[in-house]
Amino acid sequence: MKGVRYYPGFLPLTILCLVVLYAPLAVVAVYSFNGSASITEWGGFSLRWYTDVFTGPEAVRFGQAAWNSLTIALIAATTATVIATAAALAMLRAGPFRGRQASFALINLPLMVPEIVIAVATLIFFSTIGLTTGYLTILLAHITFCIPFAYLPIAARLEGVEGTYEQAARDLYATRAQAFRLILLPLLMPGVISGWLLAFIISLDDFIITNFVKGAGMETLPTAIFGSVKQGIKPNIMAISTLMLLVSVLFVTAAYLINRKGRQAPATPGKTT
Amino acid sequence: MSIAVDIRDAVKSYGPVTALHGVSLAIADNEFFTLLGPSGCGKTTLLRLIAGFETITSGEIRLFGQDIARLEPNHRPVNTVFQNYALFPHLTVLENVAFGLKMQGVDAATRHARAGKMLEMVHLSQFADRMPAQLSGGQQQRVALARALAPAPKVLLLDEPLSALDLKLRQAMRVELKQLQEDTGITFVFVTHDQEEALTMSDRIAVMSNGRVQQTGTARDIYEAPVNRFVADFIGETNLLQVDVDSVSEGRATLTLPGGHRITCPSASTTTGKHHLSIRPERLTISPEADLTATVDRVVYLGTDLQVIAHLEGGQPITLRLQNAARTTPPDPGQRIGLHLEEGAARLLAD
Amino acid sequence: MAGPGNIPPSASDTGYRSLIGPLLLPTWAVIGIFMVLPVLLMAVYSFLTKEFRGGVIWDFTLAAYDQFFVTRGLFGDEPAQIEWTYINIFWRSIWQAGLATILCLLIGFPTAWFIATRPAQTRGLWLFLITIPYWVNLLIRTVSLKFLIRDNGPLNESLMAIGLIDGPLPLVNTNLAVQLGLFYSYLPFMVLPIYAAVERYNFALSEAAADLYASRWATLREIVLPVVKPGIIAGCILVFVPSLGAFLAPDLLGGAKTFMIGSLIDEQFKGSQGDWPFGAAVAMILMTLVLIVLLLYARAQTRGATR
Repeated sequence: MKGVRYYPGFLPLTILCLVVLYAPLAVVAVYSFNGSASITEWGGFSLRWYTDVFTGPEAVRFGQAAWNSLTIALIAATTATVIATAAALAMLRAGPFRGRQASFALINLPLMVPEIVIAVATLIFFSTIGLTTGYLTILLAHITFCIPFAYLPIAARLEGVEGTYEQAARDLYATRAQAFRLILLPLLMPGVISGWLLAFIISLDDFIITNFVKGAGMETLPTAIFGSVKQGIKPNIMAISTLMLLVSVLFVTAAYLINRKGRQAPATPGKTT
Repeated sequence: MSIAVDIRDAVKSYGPVTALHGVSLAIADNEFFTLLGPSGCGKTTLLRLIAGFETITSGEIRLFGQDIARLEPNHRPVNTVFQNYALFPHLTVLENVAFGLKMQGVDAATRHARAGKMLEMVHLSQFADRMPAQLSGGQQQRVALARALAPAPKVLLLDEPLSALDLKLRQAMRVELKQLQEDTGITFVFVTHDQEEALTMSDRIAVMSNGRVQQTGTARDIYEAPVNRFVADFIGETNLLQVDVDSVSEGRATLTLPGGHRITCPSASTTTGKHHLSIRPERLTISPEADLTATVDRVVYLGTDLQVIAHLEGGQPITLRLQNAARTTPPDPGQRIGLHLEEGAARLLAD
Repeated sequence: MAGPGNIPPSASDTGYRSLIGPLLLPTWAVIGIFMVLPVLLMAVYSFLTKEFRGGVIWDFTLAAYDQFFVTRGLFGDEPAQIEWTYINIFWRSIWQAGLATILCLLIGFPTAWFIATRPAQTRGLWLFLITIPYWVNLLIRTVSLKFLIRDNGPLNESLMAIGLIDGPLPLVNTNLAVQLGLFYSYLPFMVLPIYAAVERYNFALSEAAADLYASRWATLREIVLPVVKPGIIAGCILVFVPSLGAFLAPDLLGGAKTFMIGSLIDEQFKGSQGDWPFGAAVAMILMTLVLIVLLLYARAQTRGATR
């Protein structure tokens, strides 16, 4: 008797699922340590392509692209997180109001419109208002599509924090601002941090929209990699890919741990009803 | 005696729904005052109006003479013990208790000393550095009390604070709460739906229903002299008999019981005609000196008591309680019994 | 029903009511200016006249839509007929996206179920394993897949080494490769919402079904699937919609024969061969399609809620 949760074949399918998801990444990670200049032959373990990434002929180009990616992601994620936190407070702490439905739709709009459509529309918009495509246009586009990603975990967390905490603070002579700063914000923090991490990764990841609004000569890491891959996959790309993979894994792990810690502090101790 | 909280014609509406229909109450200083009623009666809304979490639609709330109805909660010298305590989960027990003082600008040394004293008062000194989640329900409850009392509020509001505790703890806390109120001399306004809780602790009780205060008085007043059917029915067990009132004067009514017997009893009604008479089951005795005659249907064994369910000649049901003493011989089903009304057992209600 | 006294405090007076305007202003401003306005402008562009150096002339015309749906021969002098080129690209995209959705569902549902039925201690870890690839750069994942399946890549090499095939399977530049790419790109999107639904599923329902003589698979069909359907539909939407407008998988893994909507739009904005009004029109048509799918979804959801 296996119980109602058991279905034969589901475990093998889960393993297949994981293999499909991880095999390409694992293969590239392994080949990034290939000592050979050819991508087909295995020339022994070596770190030469990692050295190449930082000192090779393309180091400056990729370095600049990485810098652009990183600073854009930092600014975009931070701005989007501030905007999303404010929005979440209005959506979840102000009771029902006119325009709430519309605001909700607006916040989620970037998730519903296909990326390629956003890319086209944004390019057309910047070109019409005469804003030269470049760093600034990438940044503006990124802030926009990062908002819903930052919003989701913040709103989820805020829903879990009962209004009574703020009321208790107000009852104990805290002003509205103090109740926010000393009580709500610390309780909301896990959500704010995961929101920021999510937005950061999303910004770092984006290729399609960036590719449309970047203009000539401006590159982020994904567009630089894409340009390079168009001429064939080279070993240094595999090294860069592995490094980026590592960064992503670190970020997700951080988000996962923060979330878990946040959940461990229950929103309502002593609640039985 | 001065009045601590004076509520005049308080109305609270949520759009088309009215939660309070012009409530007026005067709560005396140093009083343990309870708002009692079923859920949805408006008692919590009234408490939240005093605390300042809801904005009053119309009416006045005065605290020792000062109109506070439109002040922000942080400008009202009242503190609340929340139903689920609302202890700040990211602050230690001590920091929780010291929070109100911190907001009032009290320096760190003074407020920690005071918070420590409050924790001592609720016997939790050794838990000062714990986080709230590490405490049991009863301990959290005491922290919530200490936190609300630390800034020495003029009035303490308690929103069903015992409802999350188990029975034993609840009974112990009742005694402790009453003791605390007497020791501190602070006015307590206590909200509950539990009549036993209300009767055991309160100096005075306001029974509420449908957004209105039905009756205000001491525990004895509302139990023994309920003014209307709701109060009589809600507080304890009662028999409600339909009777014909012959005459009323000076708070006493002369009426005819089913079966024809005429009696005189205290009356909340001023009109004659058909009315309801409330008779507490424990005030009825089986006696040949009968005011009423009934036929026994069932006898239910309740441990300390025996409950006798019977019906009168006209068919109206009537219940009485007999103490389960050694000398009590319960009647048998089908037996006809005479029922005697002790003095003050019956009371005529206003409808 | 909530009585008058029970109206949830809903944190109504935690003090944010008077701040709704200022709190939402940044959201409205940013998304309004940089997303709503651009999409509206794109709609306008789809009715403008193409300029040859890759810009537009502000003359209103239906030329872009005409070009999409109608052909009048090579020199434009024949009777109007339906132009199949672009409709076929759309059809191929819909077909590919649909197939990817079904494949993701077939693998994703068992995976989600399996994870959701793990004990609480290990469940988080399984879920974490599924989530990681979702957060890895899509471009890098697609490139990695290409590296794996190319003619003399590790997959073909190892298949040949164990003697399963004689020559390399020509995978890259085929519909199959694109399909694999889409499946691989969006698989986590299928697993996560189904997982959320199964986690909320009350397993006593399965026990009740078993008690009433339902077999394991009958229980799955009659009870489980209908109950977790909202999660399944959400997963399907999350895979189908981005697959439809996908650019990277078809561009990197496919070839000329596997052209999809994403590449068609992309092409209209590259260099001097570009045709912005046509690109805008194709994007409009794609967005309309997606909107229809989302509306159907919303309707199915409200119907499910009222039933």
